[in-house]
Amino acid sequence: MNLDHLMVAVIISGLAGVCTRIYLLQTDYRQYPTYPHGYIIHLALGIIAAGLGSVAIPALIKKDFTAFTFLALAAQQFRDVRNMERTMLSKIDQMELVPRGVSYIEGIAMVFEGRNYLTIASALLTSFTVIMWNATVGVIVGVVCVICSRFFMSGKMLNSIVDIREAKLRLDGASLYVEDIYLMNVGLSSDKKAIMENGIGMILTPKDASSRITLSNVGQRQAILHDVSTVLGVYRDTGEPALTPLGKLDLKDGRLGLLLLPQDRNVQTSIDIIGKVPVLESAMKKPLQANASRGGTS
Amino acid sequence: MSDQKILAIVTLQKETVAGGSPIFVVDSREELERQSFTLEKILDAMVHEVAPTTFILVRHSD
Repeated sequence: MNLDHLMVAVIISGLAGVCTRIYLLQTDYRQYPTYPHGYIIHLALGIIAAGLGSVAIPALIKKDFTAFTFLALAAQQFRDVRNMERTMLSKIDQMELVPRGVSYIEGIAMVFEGRNYLTIASALLTSFTVIMWNATVGVIVGVVCVICSRFFMSGKMLNSIVDIREAKLRLDGASLYVEDIYLMNVGLSSDKKAIMENGIGMILTPKDASSRITLSNVGQRQAILHDVSTVLGVYRDTGEPALTPLGKLDLKDGRLGLLLLPQDRNVQTSIDIIGKVPVLESAMKKPLQANASRGGTS
Repeated sequence: MSDQKILAIVTLQKETVAGGSPIFVVDSREELERQSFTLEKILDAMVHEVAPTTFILVRHSD
């Protein structure tokens, strides 16, 4: 095995890693990360991650154990990615009219850390294949890795665990309801008018007991409200505390009543957006699989 | 959630309210609405109707 062969492995696997990162790095409707600087930060880290993954096996083959140790050390740095994302998003969140909420920020930060490890894994696997077999097989495995990475990183969306439908907002004196779910007390008639004119009521019905718990998570609710207001805008400003999109549970059956205040009052789009809200990992519980009554083993 | 606070009370019936928050006494329903509206904008606190004659301004920390 000559050095050239190892170099080919490093280059192909490095490319596979970078491609994985680029493929996973896209500004979606949630508008994060932003272009261009948010991109560059993650791309740079992605290249480093790809480099780490691609040289790991060649370093072992060359019996360069020190280099391998350094790789492990460098990999630790990726833990800081999560910290960086968390700090930045938390700061930005204070300036949002409808904040993301702590749970959503943790979710995003976790995803960014995870994507770097996925990049390392994909580079590692590709370099392994090139060294074991040849460059052609390596390229094929690289492409497969890139495509599979999307599969690994796509979590569940809300439309797989709840049914979403529009519901009528109504006022009973000062109490605002969405159908039969109580939302809040609105005192001023000008606020009542603004809410009735611009608000959209939604009712989310959980499909099973597990999704009922997810839906009752406050962070998950805030994520829904944030996503809708990111895409459709929010009819709100500072000094208008009454115009707050919010969600309240019906404690009897776990349905979630939502008051949305989009600038663009588009019901169908709102339903689509809510359906595409990611189910937060911190909100995901699986009581049906816990088997608590049988000693807690699943 | 623990940071909620009554910042002001606006009422038509002075004798029904008391306590540590500033109390604004008004003499008509229109004045009640108008003054609550002004206070809502100034204090950035939401107006709630406790009784038809009494509004409170509450700051919900979010």
